[in-house]
Amino acid sequence: MTNWLEDPIRWIAEWLYSVLVGWGILPSVADVILMITGAAILSTLALLWVLFLIWFERKLIGRIQDRFGPNRVGPWGIFQSVADMIKIFTKEYITPQGADKVLYNLAPVLAVASVLLIWAVLPFTRSIMGVNLNVGVVYIVAVGGGGVLAILMAGYASNNKYAFLGASRAVAQLISYEVPMVISLLVPVLLAGSMGLNDIVQAQSVPYLVMAPVAALVFFITSMAETGRAPFDLVEAESELVAGYNTEYSGLKFGMFFVGEFLHSFTAALLFAVLFLGGWRGPFVDQVPLLGLVYLFIKTMVIYFLIILVRASVPRFRIDQMMDLNWKVLTPLSILSFLVTAVIAKVLEGQFLFQVLGLLAGNVILLVLFMEWGERRNKRNRRPMVSQPRPLATPASDETSMAQS
Amino acid sequence: MSAFQIVFLLIALLTLFSALMVVFARKTIHSAFWLILALFGVAATFATLAASFFVVIQVAVYIGAIAILIIFTVMLTRRSMEESGDQLLPGWGWAALVVLIVFGGLVFMLLQWQGIFQPPQVLTAGGENLENLGMALVMPDRYVIPFEVASVLLVAAMIGAIYVAGDHKKRS
Amino acid sequence: MLTDYLPLVVIIVFSVILAFLVVALGHLFGPKRPSEKKSMPYESGMVPYGPGQRRMTVRYYLIAVLFILFDIEVVFFLPWAVAFRDLGLPGFLLMVAFVVVLEVAHLYAWKKGALEWE
Repeated sequence: MTNWLEDPIRWIAEWLYSVLVGWGILPSVADVILMITGAAILSTLALLWVLFLIWFERKLIGRIQDRFGPNRVGPWGIFQSVADMIKIFTKEYITPQGADKVLYNLAPVLAVASVLLIWAVLPFTRSIMGVNLNVGVVYIVAVGGGGVLAILMAGYASNNKYAFLGASRAVAQLISYEVPMVISLLVPVLLAGSMGLNDIVQAQSVPYLVMAPVAALVFFITSMAETGRAPFDLVEAESELVAGYNTEYSGLKFGMFFVGEFLHSFTAALLFAVLFLGGWRGPFVDQVPLLGLVYLFIKTMVIYFLIILVRASVPRFRIDQMMDLNWKVLTPLSILSFLVTAVIAKVLEGQFLFQVLGLLAGNVILLVLFMEWGERRNKRNRRPMVSQPRPLATPASDETSMAQS
Repeated sequence: MSAFQIVFLLIALLTLFSALMVVFARKTIHSAFWLILALFGVAATFATLAASFFVVIQVAVYIGAIAILIIFTVMLTRRSMEESGDQLLPGWGWAALVVLIVFGGLVFMLLQWQGIFQPPQVLTAGGENLENLGMALVMPDRYVIPFEVASVLLVAAMIGAIYVAGDHKKRS
Repeated sequence: MLTDYLPLVVIIVFSVILAFLVVALGHLFGPKRPSEKKSMPYESGMVPYGPGQRRMTVRYYLIAVLFILFDIEVVFFLPWAVAFRDLGLPGFLLMVAFVVVLEVAHLYAWKKGALEWE
């Protein structure tokens, strides 16, 4: 029996288990009951947590844009999203003509479920996690495929040209950015020698942000793209497409996509904290395991804050810029960082301090060289500026330079 | 019948049913979506063998990538969203006969093999040794040739796709 | 054994059920007053014409092929990265050869303009 001061959640679980067995329930059935309780608590909490996230983001973006943000319902407007939730419950479902009913209704469910499923393998503390899957990293990638499918289904089944266009764009973006994301995930796997998320956390006596900053950067950018947030929100570019793949959804079905998106970006921050910031690791975590939850939460909120900051300050990419960034910058960069990490980790094997310093130096050098190369490439084929003077207003001598544009 | 067998039978039924629906669906795009369910069934079969790496790879590669490619390809074709009418070709009786013979032959061959009567070897949790798999990929006496050839195959696929889908008029 | 996956199965089933439940709740509370105009596909107020689904550009197909190429590459990398500590120089070089061949494909696509999105 664990001490309740040390690890209260585990203690509660063991206590419940003993109570259930005491009632004459078979141990295996009691196990299943506990699992269902755990899953229920975890996924319900995750969904309710979105309410807070939406408020947090609206408030923060409001402040950045010199507004108040929500401030009417409750103190600091904190109950605004609760009010919104109650409102959305009373909205009518409208199914468009010619919609493919089954796929149309399945898509929002899949969109949320695929994000909730990621939470199944996240290590919240040393002992609290859904499953300690030995292939956790690939599991995350696999589950992400469900989200892509949901978008494809929504776009196809809505019987709306704009939804279809939005979905095909969205899927192209998601699968493209999955490439550098998966390659940057390889670096923690390589350093930890395991694909289990808890093993990766346990191996991080030095956070991998220090040992593999390039991979961390690539993962940060790509996970923003994977969640479809600004600056990567071409998926639902309101000014270009009507609203993207979720145009024809109303009420809670639309809400599900919305919740899925918010939860996904928080989950991306969680994943970053787990993979690159050492997850639940921190001082005194050996004595009080529950402290790990606090550390993980703080790290996650820092990253989430950064994601919102980027969203609020960077304008949306054009689709060709988005594709360029992925295939010509992030993919080569992630492969190079993987190779560099492998070489340095192998050469300096055994001396831990030198390994850390070497990896850091190698990554910085790689990043500097890569940016230098990118700068040169950009200079060679720079696009003509839109703001250049129009041909009518230019003197005759400048005509040659204009001819290119 | 043990719980294990019941689970296996349920998964097998799911897989076979969705595989049949791939063939019988009236819209091409529905076939593609049924195919995803069939692929998921295969992943679940791997799960019954506790081969977790293959489960996630099956889902990540087949459902996450190849199914998407298939759906894209279906969406490229004309009339993929319309009902295609009767799915039976005139000579379906002969085809059914051939299928029956082949199926009978397969069953006969499998019955000759002793392994079919043995219970499946289930790995213990984490017992699948990923390190061994990684080592085997680059060991000269194991799978290094297929492994390197795989990369060439992927390149060939890439070049073929560019050739087929590329914009020939613009560059010439 | 199979039971090791039980928690995962429970979570998968539960999150799907939960998502279904939330959508079903909307059915319970929401009004149901469908009308002809309301259920028209939304095209910014214009009367829609033609089918809702069009044929896709072939470019998406190229992106998908490229994606599969790299996805499979990563699948081979993963067990290699796990076994990385026990591998010697030959193991490393063989993997580099694998990467180089794939990068040739990547460069080819790049030079052929398959990565451009005009």
